[in-house]
Amino acid sequence: MRVDTPDSGALVVHVDGVAVAVSAGMSVAAALARADILRTRRSVTGQARFAFCGMGVCQECRVTIDGVPHRLACQEFCRPGMNIVTGGGA
Amino acid sequence: MTQLACSTLVVGGGPAGLAAAAAASGRGDSVLVVDDNAAPGGQIWRGGPASWRDARAIQLYETLQRRPHVRWLGGSRVTGAEHARALLLETPEGSRQVTCERLLLCTGARELLLPFPGWTLPGVTGAGGLQALLKAGMPIAGKRVVVAGSGPLLLAVAQSVREHRGEIAAIVERRGTLGLAWFAGGLALRHRAKLRQALDLRASLRSVRYLHASTVTEAIGARHKSGDMRLHAVAVERGVRSERIACDFLACGYGLTPSLELARLLGVKVQQGRIAVDAVQRTSLDGVWAAGEATGIGGVDKALAEGRIAGLDASGLDVPRADLRLRERALAFARSLDRAFAPDPDLRKLCRPDTLVCRCEDVPASALAQFGAWREAKLVTRCGMGPCQGRVCGTACEFLYGWEAPGVREPLFPVAGANLASVPLGEAVESDSIANAQSLSQKAEIHL
Repeated sequence: MRVDTPDSGALVVHVDGVAVAVSAGMSVAAALARADILRTRRSVTGQARFAFCGMGVCQECRVTIDGVPHRLACQEFCRPGMNIVTGGGA
Repeated sequence: MTQLACSTLVVGGGPAGLAAAAAASGRGDSVLVVDDNAAPGGQIWRGGPASWRDARAIQLYETLQRRPHVRWLGGSRVTGAEHARALLLETPEGSRQVTCERLLLCTGARELLLPFPGWTLPGVTGAGGLQALLKAGMPIAGKRVVVAGSGPLLLAVAQSVREHRGEIAAIVERRGTLGLAWFAGGLALRHRAKLRQALDLRASLRSVRYLHASTVTEAIGARHKSGDMRLHAVAVERGVRSERIACDFLACGYGLTPSLELARLLGVKVQQGRIAVDAVQRTSLDGVWAAGEATGIGGVDKALAEGRIAGLDASGLDVPRADLRLRERALAFARSLDRAFAPDPDLRKLCRPDTLVCRCEDVPASALAQFGAWREAKLVTRCGMGPCQGRVCGTACEFLYGWEAPGVREPLFPVAGANLASVPLGEAVESDSIANAQSLSQKAEIHL
C-alpha cells in the first residue's frame, strides 16, 4: 500500500486575496484560522459559518478553492498558491 | 468511466479498516481501501502516519506498505451502489466504478451534535471536531477553549488543546460525580489499563477547571471586527447556579453515533442504530462484513479486534480464539461506556424555539415541532434537504422529536454534476483520458 503524503515545508496560499503563510499538512480550515478568518460560507439567512464537525460530515466549511465551489475546508490540504474564497452562499 | 476491480473492498481507513485490510490481504488477495480523508487513520489516528504515536497504527501501516496488492484510495467517497459488489466512487480524479467479491464496511462514526442556542456561531465546534481540526494544523495557541458535553472524549480533547498551547477555560461535563464514579469503578473492576489511562489524562489536566453535573446552555456571540458574529462566551448551568465563561472556542460533543449511510443504502440489517453482525462480523448480506464503530461505539480496541476478525473471515481463514477474546473484552468496555454516557433526554430542553435545528437550511425548532414525522417536516420546511443530507439535523430530530432517521438517497454525498451524468453502473467503460477530460469540464458544477 502506498500513500501520497503532502509536500513538506512552508508555503503560501491566498485567502480572499490576502497571502497567508502556512505549513505543509495544514488543512484549508487551519489556514483560515491562521489568517483569523473564522468564516467559510454564509448560510441561507446570511450568517457567517465556520468548520463545525471537522470531519467532512456537516458541510459547514464549504469554500471555493481555485474556482471550484463547495470544497470542504476541513478535508482539503493547502497546496502552494491555492486560491481560497470564503463567504459563498447556499 | 474508469473501472477498478479488487477481491476485497474495505470502505473506511481507520483502525478497523486498516486491521481488516491487513488481515484480508495476508494470503495475497487484492485489497482496495477507500477513505474520504487523504491520509489513513480515520478520526482517532487522524493526521497521517507521520503523526502517529500508537504502536499498533505504525505496525499495521508497515505491514500494509509491504504489500503491493493492497491499494490506498484517499480523498474518495462511496456515492452509490448497484449492489454490494459494484459501487460507485467519487475520487479526486473523477468517478470510478469499483467491483469486488467481498465488501468490508468500516465506516466508523460521527459525533452526536445536538442543537443548543448559538451552536451555529463560528468558534463553536464538535468536541471531536475541534480535535480533528487541531490535528489538521489549526492554530489555537493562546486561545481560550471551553470543552463541553459528556464522555471520556472530553479529557482527550482538552489534552489536545493543551498540546497545541491553547488555554482550557473549563471542562464542562454533563454527568454528575456519581455517574462518573460509577464508570470509574466499572473500569477499576474490569479494565484497569483504561482506568489508568483516564486517571493519567485527568492528572495531566489537574490545574484545569473541571465542572461536573454542568451544561453549556448557550453559546454567546459578539460582533467581530470583520463584521461577522463570532463566539465570545458560553453560559454554563450547574443546578440552579449559572455563570458565563469567556472563550474563543467551544468544543461540545455528546458522544458518537455510527455512520450507517452505506449500510442502509445496501440494505444491510441495522439494529438499534448499529450494523448487526454475527460472531465473525458477517452482516445480514452475503459477502458483506462490518467492523469498528459502525457496529457500535467502542473505541480503538474494539475496532482493531473486529477489523481483524472480519478480514480473516473474509479471506476464508479461521479466526483464532485469542482474537475473539480480545473482541469480547473490548465489547465489555463498550457496554460500560454506553451505560455511563448515554445521552440524557433532558438535553432536548437546551433547544429553544428560535434555535436553528437544520444548519444547512436555517430551519428553527419552532418550524419543526408542529410536525409528526421527518418526511412531512422535510417537505414543508426543507429541513434535511441541504448538503449535509440530514446527517446533522436528522440525528438531531431523531433525538429531539423521536423521528425515525431519514432514509438515504444516492448520491450519498454531494457529487459534481458531470459525475452524476456519467453514472449508470455497468455502462461501457471509457478510457482514462476521457474521464480526465470530464473531470476538468465538471469543475464549475455541483449537484446538491
